[in-house]
Amino acid sequence: MKKQKKFKKDKGKKQRMEAGKKIKKKSKNDKENITPSVAKGIAQKLQEEGAQLTPEIVLRKKKYERGPAPKLTGMSDKKLKGQLQEKEKLYGEAAVTAAQAEQWLLPSEGGYLEAEDLEQTKNFTQQAIVKEVDITSARKAFDLQLEDLAPYTLDYNNNGKYLLIGGRKGHLAIMDWKQSKLIMETQVTETVRDVKFLHNELFFAVAQKKYTFIYDKQGVEIHCLRDHLSTLKLEFLPHHFLLASVDKAGILRYQDTSTGQLVGFIRSQLGRCGVMRMNPYNSVIGLGHNNGTVTMWSPNMQNPLVSMLCHKGPVTAIAYDSEGRHMVTAGIDGKVKIWDARKFSPLHFYFAPTAAKSLDISQRGLLAMSSGSGIQIWRDALTEKQSKPYMMHRVPKGAQVQDIAFCPYEDVMAIGHGKGVSSILVPGAGEPNFDSYVSNPYQTLKQRREAEVHKLLDKLQPEMIVLDPEEIGAVQKSAKEIQQTKGLQANEANAAIAEKLGLPVKTPKEKKKTKGRSKASKRLRRKESNIITIKRALIAEQVKGASKSQSKDKDTPEVPLPRALQRFKGPGILYLCRSITKFGWNWVMFLDYASRSITSLETYWANGCPYIDSADFELRLEGSVK
Amino acid sequence: MKVKVIARSEEEFTRERRQDLQKVFRNLDPKLHQQEKAVEYTRALNAAKLDKVFAKPFLGAISGHRDGVSSMAKNPRRLNCLLSGSMDGEIRLWDLPKRHMISQYPGHSGAVRGLSVAPDGDHFVSCGDDCTIRLWELPPAVIATREDDEAQEPIATFQGKNAFRSIDYHWSSDIFATGGARVDVWDPNRSEPIHTFSWGSDTIVSVRFNPAEPDILATTGSNRSIALYDLRLNTPLRKLIMQTRPNSVAWNPREAFNFTVGSEDCNCYSYDMRILKTATCIHKGHVSAVMDLDYSPTGREFVTGSYDRTVRIFAYNGGHSREIYHTKRMQRVFCVKFSSDASYVISGSDDTNIRLWKSKASEQLGILLPREKKKHAYLESVKERYKHLPEIKRIDRYRHLPKPVYKAGKLRQTVYDADKKREDRKRAHSAPGSVPHTSARKKRIVAVVE
Repeated sequence: MKKQKKFKKDKGKKQRMEAGKKIKKKSKNDKENITPSVAKGIAQKLQEEGAQLTPEIVLRKKKYERGPAPKLTGMSDKKLKGQLQEKEKLYGEAAVTAAQAEQWLLPSEGGYLEAEDLEQTKNFTQQAIVKEVDITSARKAFDLQLEDLAPYTLDYNNNGKYLLIGGRKGHLAIMDWKQSKLIMETQVTETVRDVKFLHNELFFAVAQKKYTFIYDKQGVEIHCLRDHLSTLKLEFLPHHFLLASVDKAGILRYQDTSTGQLVGFIRSQLGRCGVMRMNPYNSVIGLGHNNGTVTMWSPNMQNPLVSMLCHKGPVTAIAYDSEGRHMVTAGIDGKVKIWDARKFSPLHFYFAPTAAKSLDISQRGLLAMSSGSGIQIWRDALTEKQSKPYMMHRVPKGAQVQDIAFCPYEDVMAIGHGKGVSSILVPGAGEPNFDSYVSNPYQTLKQRREAEVHKLLDKLQPEMIVLDPEEIGAVQKSAKEIQQTKGLQANEANAAIAEKLGLPVKTPKEKKKTKGRSKASKRLRRKESNIITIKRALIAEQVKGASKSQSKDKDTPEVPLPRALQRFKGPGILYLCRSITKFGWNWVMFLDYASRSITSLETYWANGCPYIDSADFELRLEGSVK
Repeated sequence: MKVKVIARSEEEFTRERRQDLQKVFRNLDPKLHQQEKAVEYTRALNAAKLDKVFAKPFLGAISGHRDGVSSMAKNPRRLNCLLSGSMDGEIRLWDLPKRHMISQYPGHSGAVRGLSVAPDGDHFVSCGDDCTIRLWELPPAVIATREDDEAQEPIATFQGKNAFRSIDYHWSSDIFATGGARVDVWDPNRSEPIHTFSWGSDTIVSVRFNPAEPDILATTGSNRSIALYDLRLNTPLRKLIMQTRPNSVAWNPREAFNFTVGSEDCNCYSYDMRILKTATCIHKGHVSAVMDLDYSPTGREFVTGSYDRTVRIFAYNGGHSREIYHTKRMQRVFCVKFSSDASYVISGSDDTNIRLWKSKASEQLGILLPREKKKHAYLESVKERYKHLPEIKRIDRYRHLPKPVYKAGKLRQTVYDADKKREDRKRAHSAPGSVPHTSARKKRIVAVVE
């Protein structure tokens, strides 16, 4: 189950370039996504086969499908094949039923904000929005002026009914914010750095000056977690009942809140760390460090699962989207970068007005970033690079924003800042339809109790925190098996290449299995047997040809090349180069050495060029293109 | 400007009155159900553990016989009664839910070897070592009220020349077949058998009519044979000779061309009556001779009783048992029956007791609410989905066994491995092709005679 991936930036930009290529490829694949016309075609085809599907349902059912079906052609085990076919049929049917039931199950529609004529949504003020909406929604926008004990950090509970606020100077309060009802208020007379609800609104954890404390809904101190010293940031893993904290020394601790055991004690060894966020897709904790790296952790390993250099300069905030597809990081360098959270590759980035201090992604994928006293909200900003924000907001009186949080299942965002707490309306932020068995904003006492029992029964073990949660229950191939398939593939590739080139096909000799010690030399030979070797002949031939043609060209006097290009020697070959200027632009040049000219030059930016390397051209050989 | 924000009115999402049910809203979007695989796995693991916690299969022992229970019969018309015959010649009728005797039928002077109830459910026949067959009357349907201990008299007695080992009533018409020195088919109105079949000179130990093609019957004999007869023909159909003696035979009631025999070599063998040259499945597990077996009315599983003092439940196509039942006091099991509603298993053993077991060890008895049913079905399906994962497999497969049974099982495995190794070596050192591979399903078959 353990998997370790380490990506180091300093290994070279080649990796980044490759990542960029992969993304381009991916965008090509995206064309395969079903368009309405294609859906109509599919639906017609299915209807001919007897299924009752409208194009709408074909479009909708995609969401409910659990990945592509396994390839069954060529499977020798008929029984297994039958079983798998039956399973796939069931999955398909389930997806269709879910899609068909949508109109009854999902009655509410999401919010929206649309501009008319020459208006722009980003110019709409809160006052204007509040004026337009109904009276109960208008009441959801409010300002709490709590200047004395500010700045505030905040947290919503899982169904969004309660808001927990923690003032820097010791003020803690829980409120039923929709009804403007104060549930609890207390003063701990100690610095409060972070607050976090545990599995429901009954308990919450507070990172105080020295220790971390757990309080109940009445504000009574339940536990003092003496293990969690001078915590800067808290996070709660709801499926695992783990409270994660990171402290001034960069130590990440996991405490099981159902059993009370400390299940993880990890030194990140990257110094003070105050940026932490859980990826809800796989419950992996992401930490942002002062050296610009983001590391991802599970309690099972002392080393990070992933370590990636994201910013030049300290990371100030991280956010994950709810499906675990994107990670957003903000750095002191003023950039907000969007990453593919599964491939760990950069997608694009935005400039924040000043360094963004906090980030949050709503349930429907709105990205909010705060810098100074301003807040920008971007729509569809994760999948595609947007040119302008969706909404902008400025906290009154120029107070500095400390923390922002989208409310689940509501079109509301809370802002904790230097003058108190504000709540603003963000149309289109929340998921309009809740699932009563996941989190119910109208939960009754009995339902809450039952839900708590069920959560405890379904509690996941900390060992199950892995990068890819789909791995659970999947087949793990043994090392031997992998080695064998690799060997077979290599043999096939060798044979194919040899056939293409007209070289004699070498069939690997059957090894005689004899007992005895494996010599180092034999081991080496065995290792090499899996490598595609026949290409070497091709390369050697090419080199030979190249040297011959070079000798022919000797008569013509050689024109000295610019020094930067002297690396790329080889006639008639186009080189793919890349340069980075101080503006953060990327160029791809195709140079023809024979004519000594640039055949094509493509410029693009904001794709995989996170920071400036040097003022001059820096050229790198990426490989030859025929 | 066009704007809309989520606005829910509380009335729409909560109940109106206290008596109403709470409203439930579902959103099946995978985005809201994160880590569903891990959660499902955890549920499957917990379900497997809970199954172990609730596994209390033994419901009770019914005592009363003065000697070991040698045969049992269930009434095809009634769920709640059971007939049992013992080694001392006594037959008793039991009320299963109340677990007490309704009436007794003395008369046989030797062990009662076979019992069978007529399809109308009003009569039954018994046969025994005293060379007699007796026809008895069963009390009427409302038997729970009748509690007379007075001895019943047989309606008719049929005298044979040799001891009878087995008896089975026809599924639809009023005839029955007995096995002994030969196979006899009797009409209760006549004193002599209407048909007689014999093939070879050995004793027939069990006879069973086919439930779907009722004129066909299968027998097993002590000359290691399984024979098929058709009442419409004068000669037997086919005979299969195995290496060890099959002790009993049972037809699969749902796929009536399949039957299973319990053999002296500790295994059960399933056959297709159309293709006798190979077994369709070998059911392994017992460590001593299988004495009796009976199919569940669903045809998906069958129960076996063995000389090794355990009762096992096998899937109709399962190579190993799904369940093993044993108690400290249960001795060699001579007869087993699956109840007609497939939810209980009844075993009769040498220690004079009849034992009642649940067919699913952890099943919740009684009437289930629809929600409970749904919950059980869900847990069953997640368990099925993740059954291959090591932790769940380990918990699900583990059965505590009495030490002698466990040791004997180990020993059998060792012997099997050694045999296999020996054969492999023999093959390796012989001329290629001279020691052919034989499938285990064919290995135990000596001959098929038409």
